[in-house]
Amino acid sequence: MSRARPDTKTTSPLRSGSSTGAGDRVFRGLSRGAGIALLGIMAAIAAFLLIRGLSAIQGDSANFLTEQRWAPKDDPPTFGIAAIAFGTVLSSLIAMALAVPVAVGVALFISHYAPRRIAIPLGYVIDLLAAVPSVVYGLWGIRFLVPRLEPLHQWLGAHLGFIPLFEKSAAGSRTMLTAGVVLAIMILPIIAAVSREVFLQVPRDHEEAALALGATRWEMIRAAVLPFGRPGVISAAMLGLGRALGETVAVAMVLSPRNVISLHILNPEGNTIAANIANSFGEADDFARDALIASGLVLFVITLIVNASARLIVARRREFAGAAI
Amino acid sequence: MAKRIDVSGLAAYYGNTPALRDVNMSIEARSVTALIGPSGCGKSTFLRTLNRMHEVVPGARVEGKVMLDGENLYSPGIDPVFVRRAIGMVFQRPNPFPTMSIYDNVAAGLRLNGLAKKRSQLDDVVERSLRSANLWDEVKGRLRRPGAGLSGGQQQRLCIARAIAVEPQVLLMDEPCSALDPISTLAVEDLIAELKTRYTIVIVTHNMQQAARVSDVTGFFNVESHGEPGKLVEMGDTSKIFTKPDEKATEDYVTGRFG
Repeated sequence: MSRARPDTKTTSPLRSGSSTGAGDRVFRGLSRGAGIALLGIMAAIAAFLLIRGLSAIQGDSANFLTEQRWAPKDDPPTFGIAAIAFGTVLSSLIAMALAVPVAVGVALFISHYAPRRIAIPLGYVIDLLAAVPSVVYGLWGIRFLVPRLEPLHQWLGAHLGFIPLFEKSAAGSRTMLTAGVVLAIMILPIIAAVSREVFLQVPRDHEEAALALGATRWEMIRAAVLPFGRPGVISAAMLGLGRALGETVAVAMVLSPRNVISLHILNPEGNTIAANIANSFGEADDFARDALIASGLVLFVITLIVNASARLIVARRREFAGAAI
Repeated sequence: MAKRIDVSGLAAYYGNTPALRDVNMSIEARSVTALIGPSGCGKSTFLRTLNRMHEVVPGARVEGKVMLDGENLYSPGIDPVFVRRAIGMVFQRPNPFPTMSIYDNVAAGLRLNGLAKKRSQLDDVVERSLRSANLWDEVKGRLRRPGAGLSGGQQQRLCIARAIAVEPQVLLMDEPCSALDPISTLAVEDLIAELKTRYTIVIVTHNMQQAARVSDVTGFFNVESHGEPGKLVEMGDTSKIFTKPDEKATEDYVTGRFG
């Protein structure tokens, strides 16, 4: 702190005395302490991941960044994050592509279309969905969704199979697509809930400006609500993406893992970092655990990159955002 | 393009609360009509019934007729969206779309109405509207900058440019200068005088000097007691309303004895 200390010899009434501002000082101390503690915890996690992870990477016989297999118990140990990092991003992208449009639609319906007596209970249900533990989604995914998505896999493979993404060359529906669907359902409530709050904040002035120009309801939403809500929706999507990237149990239960880089989302192949950790941790020895920690470090970095780019997107058009931020 | 308005038997409600009752009024084409009265007298509500903006508020409804050149705006087959395209509105607080550039703000109505055809035509309309709003010279070098970056007075003129870009038949103004400084107010008043050669203008104002300066006809709204619906007390030539009105209440109001 560079703040000048009040001279104790002067007794000007403008100088802060020791009797005033005790509450201010306590609050400042608490909030600064919380901020420092948060940074400290982040630094400790990063240091832990780095130290344990780097020692495992040094013992890797393959290139950690490009190797697809995960076999740290082999002799020599061979493991890399190429396949599982790819699968992490792919499953999250599928989830985002499915969840964001639906979530924005749900949020708009609650904020601007539904009558109040429907909107309020619907809002509660959405919030409730966000509170369901992921293991429940995983159970539901494997017991309910996997068999019921089988026909969809067949249909997509038969009709859109000429697109590499939808090529179906192996049976089964414990696939990246199914994992993406489960993730989408998991992240939908948080995106919808945050988006709804943002849409409700749109100033009445802006909406009336559009309506008075002869906008229909949808045109009003496009001209006034969506532009105002855009930074908030991006933030909401990033919250959802963060959850999807890190989701462990549900993906581990639904996906039939195979560590290869594959864009074939209808085949039971691919794996994610978090699911790989959950599946391998139990039978891992010390070295294999450190290898898993190294993969955790990569997940940490991916999440940081995602959040940083979200901030960049939001900041890029800040001057056009008005009071939106 | 400018059209006349005839209002008969108009009443407006918020839920079950009446805000206005039994308003009858004729507004000539190409004239400026000022609506004055104390707070809560229903003059803004009345203005918003003229382009069916009143019903945007949940639970709000209107009874009676508003005829625009003989066509009732409240007939069952009338789409309020089209009413609002024909009758432009400028609000109390300048409300340019904050995420849009100056250019896009002016073009917004044309784009909504599907009138925007070619780029060059759009450029022409934007320039003409900004010139009409006496804003062109101040913004021509920064049409791609955000509209929210302008001063309050400039933003209000931008909103006027946005409203007249679609060439409405009537222009409604709801206390357009109440958030502006005196110089911007003067600019907007000059603009009203220019625009009345082409548009029918109805302006709500709290400022009686302003009503006296800009309007041809003045209507005085009043409310007898709090919670009662407002009503139109008297309407006539502005010079008459401000010098020798028929009603005692009007005289008391314009001479500053209440309100």
